[in-house]
Amino acid sequence: MSLFATLCAAHMRLAWRGGQTILALSFLFIAVTLLPFGLGPELKLLRALAPGLLWVVLAISLLTTLDRLFQADFEDGTLDRLRLLPLSLEAALLAKLCGHFLVLVMPLILSVPLAGLLLNIEAARLPLLLVAMLCGAPALVLLGGIGAALAVSVRRGGLLTVLIAMPFYVPVLIFGAAASQAALSSGTAIRPYLGILAALSAAALLLAPFAIAAALRAAQD
Amino acid sequence: MLKALENISAHYANPTRFMALAAKLHAPLWGLVALCLAYGLYRVAYVPDDYQQGATVKIMFVHVPAAWMALFGYSFIFFASITALVFRHPLGHVAARAAAPVGAVFTLIALITGSLWGQPMWGTWWVWDARLTSVLVLFFIYLGYIALWQAIDEPTRAARAASILAIVGFINVPIVKFSVDWWNTLHQPASVSRLARPALHADFLYPLLIMGAGFLLLFLALTLTRMQMEILRQKLRRRS
Repeated sequence: MSLFATLCAAHMRLAWRGGQTILALSFLFIAVTLLPFGLGPELKLLRALAPGLLWVVLAISLLTTLDRLFQADFEDGTLDRLRLLPLSLEAALLAKLCGHFLVLVMPLILSVPLAGLLLNIEAARLPLLLVAMLCGAPALVLLGGIGAALAVSVRRGGLLTVLIAMPFYVPVLIFGAAASQAALSSGTAIRPYLGILAALSAAALLLAPFAIAAALRAAQD
Repeated sequence: MLKALENISAHYANPTRFMALAAKLHAPLWGLVALCLAYGLYRVAYVPDDYQQGATVKIMFVHVPAAWMALFGYSFIFFASITALVFRHPLGHVAARAAAPVGAVFTLIALITGSLWGQPMWGTWWVWDARLTSVLVLFFIYLGYIALWQAIDEPTRAARAASILAIVGFINVPIVKFSVDWWNTLHQPASVSRLARPALHADFLYPLLIMGAGFLLLFLALTLTRMQMEILRQKLRRRS
């Protein structure tokens, strides 16, 4: 367990020192700033669209962070070392993904209220939106990780990662947006959607590490 | 039965034997494709116009078989990948790779003909109907799969990565289907639901089935031809 925590912390330190957190946050805010230019500055329209837009922006910002998730380790040989640890490769990679979630995805999610203010979102809906994102984001990280692992040996693999991950993101976005929609109307229960989001995350947690590890092994052998 | 299947599959694991078989099958298969499609199109030409849809109903005879092949193609890739990854059959990767562009084009044909059919029937080229959306996502899955094959230079690495994607993607297909169905019923209550379809009249059903068989044969013929090309390409690569 301590090995797991060490790996997790190491990844967090590296990502933080590389300035990735700041970059990802800037990307999120740039995307949110661009939206009103495309849609028009009308506050009522923005308010209606805000939850869905925030989900899409979160997913895209998250995808941009996944681009180099395994690539640096693959190129400098860290991945070979990870395979020698007294820990299965799956667990080692899960530690890395945990670190990634904490150092990059959590700040993104926590900055969503601020981004929501720019889009004139109702403050009362923010807590539920955050809960929904916390339920769904692990699935986004894990499924995006599959794309990143498959494209690891491709030099400019960013776009390929996005193309591979996109079909996997559809269900999460659908139920994420539905949860946000349910938070708006008082009549609909939000809990079923949160449950489905959490279930998607749990299923991804169970299956994705194996797919990621298999993809990385395939890239190395 | 299983034992016999195993023997046959082991026998044709040898590319030279497979190529000999493929060379024998090649011409008859394409002949069958031509016959089946010609007869199917002939039957379609004499299908009566639908009382509501007029002549546009004829689009169905291309659209529906193409949609069948879109799904069949991906299942084919999945099973070929399993064969390659689990049973280490050397032809599995070749078959999966060969089938991918074929399936993708059938998916595209289903999308385009659906759009052409939708325009006169629904008054719009595209609706975010559950079926349309999930087929569009399926098309993106195909594109990702093909792109992965092309992006990785080293053939054996590309093959393993692609088969992992094919398997994970196959698990994803029903989840996408379910969520899109669910999403659509939430957002658009039956505004543009598909035409309530009574059981197809025999005048429509038989030509449709013949076209379906023709498309299936076409899929197999194209895949077989592409497999032959792929094996020849591998031989060339080894020689150079």
